[in-house]
Amino acid sequence: MSFQLFVFYLFSLILVGASLKVITARNPVHSALFLVLAFVTASGLWMLLEAEFLAIALVLVYVGAVMVLFLFVVMMLDINIDRLREGYWDYLVPALVVAGIMVAEMTVILAGRYFRLDGMPAPAAKPETYSNTRELGKLIYTQYVYPFELASVILLVAIVAAIALTLRRRKDTKFQNTGRQVAVRRQDRVRMVSMPSEKPAAAPLPTDEAAG
Amino acid sequence: MILTAADFVPVWPEILLLVMVCVILIADLFLRDDQRAGTYLLSLLTLGACAVVTVLTSTGDVTVAMHGMFVDDPMSDTLKVMVYIAVATMLIYSRSYVTARGMFRGEFFTLVLFATLGMMVMISANHFLTLYLGLELLSLSMYALVALQRDSNDATEAAMKYFVLGALASGMLLYGMSMIYGATGSLEITRVAERIASGQANLAILVFGLVFVVSGLAFKFGAVPFHMWVPDVYQGAPTAVALLISTAPKLAAFAFAIRLLVESLGHQSLLVEWQQMLAILAVLSMALGNITAIAQTNIKRMLAYSTISHMGFVLLGLLSGTIDGYGAAMFYVSVYAFVGLGTFGMIMLLSREGFEADRIEDFRGLNRRSPWYAFVMLLLMFSLAGVPPTVGFYAKLAVLQGAMDAGFLGLAIVAVLLSLIGAFYYLRIVRLMYFDEPVDGTPIVAPVGARLLLSLNGLAALVVGIVPGWLMTICQQAMQASL
Repeated sequence: MSFQLFVFYLFSLILVGASLKVITARNPVHSALFLVLAFVTASGLWMLLEAEFLAIALVLVYVGAVMVLFLFVVMMLDINIDRLREGYWDYLVPALVVAGIMVAEMTVILAGRYFRLDGMPAPAAKPETYSNTRELGKLIYTQYVYPFELASVILLVAIVAAIALTLRRRKDTKFQNTGRQVAVRRQDRVRMVSMPSEKPAAAPLPTDEAAG
Repeated sequence: MILTAADFVPVWPEILLLVMVCVILIADLFLRDDQRAGTYLLSLLTLGACAVVTVLTSTGDVTVAMHGMFVDDPMSDTLKVMVYIAVATMLIYSRSYVTARGMFRGEFFTLVLFATLGMMVMISANHFLTLYLGLELLSLSMYALVALQRDSNDATEAAMKYFVLGALASGMLLYGMSMIYGATGSLEITRVAERIASGQANLAILVFGLVFVVSGLAFKFGAVPFHMWVPDVYQGAPTAVALLISTAPKLAAFAFAIRLLVESLGHQSLLVEWQQMLAILAVLSMALGNITAIAQTNIKRMLAYSTISHMGFVLLGLLSGTIDGYGAAMFYVSVYAFVGLGTFGMIMLLSREGFEADRIEDFRGLNRRSPWYAFVMLLLMFSLAGVPPTVGFYAKLAVLQGAMDAGFLGLAIVAVLLSLIGAFYYLRIVRLMYFDEPVDGTPIVAPVGARLLLSLNGLAALVVGIVPGWLMTICQQAMQASL
């Protein structure tokens, strides 16, 4: 077994295990963390396929951004875990049926004549100096520069539209004015009052009752 | 691989518009609400500048640039100039309407200009990727524009419907495109056509893809049975946005259909296939559009059904499969766009703050209130109905002639009968305007610019109808030089 194959099986094992934990973990935060593990392992597998750019993008985008947001949401929301776990066994049977059908379908397709190993020979390994990040970058900025820029314009439209549709200036919004906070002087907040010091209270005079 | 200056020259109008939208986006932040007219004028100026650049960079020939992503041909130049005029007219008509509804804000203008950019990209796309991206740019801006009046339940509902159905249609379109890619191995329109002509492509897969592409296209046109969104969106959207949806994007959708169906899938083996599909769509659209419109009491809804029937006519022109037929369809769609501008312009003219003149009743006795605008509306309605000597008659005639020359006599007869039915509801508005008493005596107030342009728009429907030759020549020549 070559080292590559060893790494592949190791990563695959971790990936399958992590994916199983994603759906079986009791705590949603644990689920999310296992999903992060699954993503990182998957990106390792892509790295083995010499797809460095995709691997890095997966880590940066999914692990770095999407999952962090996801964790935020999970931690911010007060989710009743017991409610979520209700019906786990009820869903298990249909889920297993669906999964079984999917496995059968994939087996049929992958065992078909177009997807067998002889139908899809492994591409020749690229020389060490080859970088597919560089090649992708070249393509995006030369041949596909026009659609690439258009895609960025679509993102700009999404930003403009999202802000136009959701930004509301409420009158009762509380916010900090940092500029005014910094510019504040001592005199605005604290007033020094000069007061004569109080004399200690005189000892109470003995009353008649006490005397009597 | 490297892009040269020659690659950028044809794309100048798009680059200019994009830069200007960004400038407007930032400049608008520094304007107070009472200075918003600056954004408005800058937007109009941008459209004007784009028109000048488009005309100046036009070569009268087919130029492919940006590694086959972009094509600049006479058809794209003509349609782009029409789009600028339509969008600028829409901005002028809707100024007082959007001001009264609190939508006279920077986002309105940037989204409208982004939508314009999307239309331009669609019009001069030479690659399925750019076609799709242009379409999404247009659609996303439109969804946001429909929802811009966010406190209105109708507008939100319309935007939601538009968005969900639009996403579905985009999915179908992409699926069809992926099938065509699978069969031909290319996404570039000219290459796809070459591969199909060489006979290497699998016809069964191509036809399968074609079905999905035509469905997606029919949705964008609003042709039956993919029309469900049209009435709800027209009714729910602010009239200014409904005006935009019903005019300029139809020009872009026409270019989209020409690029997809004629330029890439126009080979004889596929032509017969999509002719049949379009024939069904066209007949259903004309029938359902014209008959359902009769029952409407809301004029925006009525115009939506009228759009559906008019798109049936455009499809009739497209399915003739001849250059003359495509030219006639282009003439039809541009005439429809400009008459549509005028009709929605009239609704906005009669609307005012807190009052939406969107019921047919609101046009009752318009002649008493303002004989001139009643006359303008009469011309527009006659044009939509196809009464001679207005331009609508000539447009219908040209399309029918194209269809008959291509041997679709039966379809042409059905189209004539159905547009006769359609004439009823247009003429009903004319009757209400001239023979009924007004229920609403409020004087009509509108900015001078909008009033002048609206009058011009109405008169153009008559004048172009009397001398339609020049516009027809432009359309035919654009088609001949581009295909």
